[in-house]
Amino acid sequence: MRPEVLWAFVAMAAVSYAIRLGGFLVGGTLQRYQRLRAAIDQLPAAILLALVAPQLAHGGMAERLAALIVMAIAWYVDLLLVPLVVGVVAVVLLRATL
Amino acid sequence: MPASKPPAAVAGSARSAFIAGTVRCAPVALGVLVYGLIFGALAQQAGISLGETAFMNAVVYSGSAQFIALGLWSLPPPLLALCLTVFSVNFRFFLMAATMHPVLRAWTSWRALPALFWLTDENWAITMASGEQPHWGAFFLGTGWLVWLAWLAAGILGHSLGAVVSDPRRWGLDFAFTAVFLTLAVALARRRKAPLVWIASVGASLLADRFIGGGSAPVLVGGFAGAIVAALKPRAEESDAP
Repeated sequence: MRPEVLWAFVAMAAVSYAIRLGGFLVGGTLQRYQRLRAAIDQLPAAILLALVAPQLAHGGMAERLAALIVMAIAWYVDLLLVPLVVGVVAVVLLRATL
Repeated sequence: MPASKPPAAVAGSARSAFIAGTVRCAPVALGVLVYGLIFGALAQQAGISLGETAFMNAVVYSGSAQFIALGLWSLPPPLLALCLTVFSVNFRFFLMAATMHPVLRAWTSWRALPALFWLTDENWAITMASGEQPHWGAFFLGTGWLVWLAWLAAGILGHSLGAVVSDPRRWGLDFAFTAVFLTLAVALARRRKAPLVWIASVGASLLADRFIGGGSAPVLVGGFAGAIVAALKPRAEESDAP
């Protein structure tokens, strides 16, 4: 193992951890304000949607249809595995047919 | 009608919450395993040794940033470019970590701060979607170690075996994480209906994706937009005051 390579990875790890630490500390300060707490409460859903929306925008019709199927199943089934497997199968089939 | 979900551990111990987190995260760990195999094979091709790859997966522990790092790889390692990559790709963790206080509330800083190392998109999302519970921190750690182990083991395996999974798209596996995030978004949305927040988040993330580009930008802009709408919303009843 080359030391300069390991140091580069340590530096990358430090940056990555510092981001998480910073977010956590800032979040703690913001939580003292009621209005901002309401914002932080809604943040998880907002982040998830912002994560997925561009992925679907880049995808084609097959991905968007599969996404609709996944969301419909997820509304009723509370197991992560079911929408996951159905989504993957659906996207393969839809890509093959569309 | 959606089945009303019982919290993962109603009155159970921290131990059972930890196990519940692990079980809940198992399907996602499988997906991480696939990408870890690919990463290991690519790292081997880039000339990074087996031990170095294992070390990188264990400490850097950032899927997308590591893939981009391979694209920039040279010797001596381009330190600044590598760190900037991690910074721009992983800055979304800033927002995710900001939401972690309710999860880690019961813990002292000595336990809570190191635990943040195990925060990544997938297990953070699962933790949030599981909802508030007595041993939420233990649940989070239960989700975290499995994803971490999957990434580490798959990196080592992929490096030793070479390209086993060359094209995840062919098997629809590139859609696996999209499906996971969609499922968890629905779980969160079901619990708390805030259509204006969702519209703001989706719209802003699409605009950012189009005009700023990839990396963390769409998540940051979308997350902020949703949060701003949530903060501005007039709140008649204060339902979840402690």
